[in-house]
Amino acid sequence: MALLEVRGLTAQFNGDGTPARVVNGISFEIAPGEAVGFVGESGCGKSVTARAIMRLAPEGSSIAWGGQIRFRGRDLLAVEEREMRDVRGRHIAMVFQDPMSSLNPVMSVGAQIDDILMRHERLSRRAARLRTIELLDLVGIREPALRADDHPHQFSGGMRQRVLIAIAVSCKPALLIADEPTTALDVTVQAQILRLLMRLRRELGMALMLITHDFGVIAGMVERVHVMNAGEIVEAGAVDALFAAPLHPYTQALLAAVPRIGTARRPA
Amino acid sequence: MTEAAKSRTTGRVLVTVGLLMLAVLLAIAVVGPLMAPHSPARTSPASLDGPTAAHWLGTDSIGRDVLSRLIVGGRATLVITFVAVAIALAAGLILGLTCGYVGGTVDLVVMRVLDVVFAFPVFLLAIAVVAALGPTVRNLILTIAVVYTPSLARVVRGPVLSVKRWDHVEAARSVGIGEFTIAVRHVLPLVVSPILVQTSLTLANTIFTVTALSFLGLGPPPPDPNWGSMLAEARQFMELAPLTVIGPAVAIVFASLTFIMLANGLRELLDVGSR
Repeated sequence: MALLEVRGLTAQFNGDGTPARVVNGISFEIAPGEAVGFVGESGCGKSVTARAIMRLAPEGSSIAWGGQIRFRGRDLLAVEEREMRDVRGRHIAMVFQDPMSSLNPVMSVGAQIDDILMRHERLSRRAARLRTIELLDLVGIREPALRADDHPHQFSGGMRQRVLIAIAVSCKPALLIADEPTTALDVTVQAQILRLLMRLRRELGMALMLITHDFGVIAGMVERVHVMNAGEIVEAGAVDALFAAPLHPYTQALLAAVPRIGTARRPA
Repeated sequence: MTEAAKSRTTGRVLVTVGLLMLAVLLAIAVVGPLMAPHSPARTSPASLDGPTAAHWLGTDSIGRDVLSRLIVGGRATLVITFVAVAIALAAGLILGLTCGYVGGTVDLVVMRVLDVVFAFPVFLLAIAVVAALGPTVRNLILTIAVVYTPSLARVVRGPVLSVKRWDHVEAARSVGIGEFTIAVRHVLPLVVSPILVQTSLTLANTIFTVTALSFLGLGPPPPDPNWGSMLAEARQFMELAPLTVIGPAVAIVFASLTFIMLANGLRELLDVGSR
C-alpha cells in the first residue's frame, strides 16, 4: 500500500482579483521508504504541492486545496487542524530551502530541537536534550553537546542546513519532504547535504520527496521522478528511463537546459 | 568610525548612564523610607527653614523635612509609575501580539477601540475617571495604564505583522508547534527591541503625567507626599524657600531624563527603526 496517495490535487490562490490556480489536478503515489523526485522550473507548483501535503498555507494568503491527500489511508485535507499538528513533524517533516532564515535567530539550536521532541515524543527537557545531542551528532555536527547551546548565527549555511535536517528527522518521520534543500548552499556543500539525506533515509527508513529545479540533484538520489510544468505533472517514470528517453517536449527542453562542459552552445 | 559604530557607542554611553540613574530611582522606590533622615510627616516649629545640618534641603511651610519628603514622595510617584506602565505593557503585549498575529476581524475591532482611547487627551480622561471614582492611587494607576496601552499595543503589533511571515515561523509550524507557542516563542522574542524603547518613553511620559495629575490634586490624597503635590504646596512660598520647589522639580527632571536617556540609548544600541 502506498504511504502517500495524492488524487486530483488542486491548489488555488484566492487573492484580490481573479483566483489563480497553481496546481491543476495532479495525482501521484509514494511508497514507504521510496525516494521520489519532483522537478520543474520555479512557479510550476512543486513547492505548493509539498505545502499542501503539510497543509501549510503561506502566511497572509488565502489558498484553497482540492482533491485528496491520503497518508496511511487518511485524507489529510479533511482532518482537523489539531490532528494535522500531530502529523507535522512527527509523521511528515520538511526541510526548507533557505537555512539562513528557517531557524529562529534568538533561540539556541538545541532548544529548537528540544521543543519538538517535548511536543511529539512527550520527553522531559533533560531527556529531549540527550536526544537532541544524538541528532546533531547524527547529522554530522562536531562536538554536538557544546554546539547545542549555540545560536544559528554561529553556524555556517551548510551547518544550519544540517541542523534543519536534524529538526526534520527528530521524530523519525515516515515521509521527509525536502524542498530545494541545496539551492541556497555552496556547490561544495550541496553534495555533502545530499549524501546526508541519502544516509538518513536509509538509516531511518524514511520515504523522501525531493523537490528541485536541478536534474543534477535528482540523478543519484531518487528512483522515480515527476516532471512538473504549469501546475501539472507532464511526465513521470523511473529516473534512468526518463533521462535516457524523455518523452514530453518540456522534459526534453528541461534536460537540454542543464549546461554540460564541452557541449556549451555559443550564443549566436 | 562608521556611522553605525558611532551610534552604538553613543547608545552604550546613554544606556550605561541611564541604568545608573535608574538604579538610584529603584533604590528610592524600594527602600526609600529607610533612607529618609526624618519622618516625612513630622512637623517642627522651624518652617520654611534654609538648608541646615539637620535638614539638608530645608523645611516646608509646616516645618517638614524636604529631603525626607522628596525621598518618600519619590517612592509614591515611582511606584505608581512603574505599576501603571507594567499594567499598560502587559495589556499592550497581549493585545498587540494577538492583533498582529491573528489579524483579520479581531485586529480590526481591537485596534479601532484602541484608536478611540488613543484619541482621548490624557488629562481629560484622567480628570473624568478620578472625578467619577475618587482620587485614589488605584484609580490613578488604572487610568494611566489605560491611557498608555494603545501606544504600546501598536508598537508590538507592527513588527509582529512582519515577523510572522518570516521563514522560521513556517518552519516551526511545519514540525507541529502550536500557534500559541509560535506567537510567544518564535515571534515575540524578535520584537522586543522596539518594545523596550517604547516602554522607556512611556515611563518618561508617565512620570510627567503622574506628577501633573498630583499637582492638580488628582493624585493620592494628602498627607502622603509625592513630587506633584509637593510642588503644588510649595508654589506659594517659593520666594521664601526656593528649595521646596527646586527639590521636587529637579527630582522630576532627573526621573524623566533617566527614561528618556534609556529610550534614546536603547534606540541607538538596538538599531530600532533602521530595520
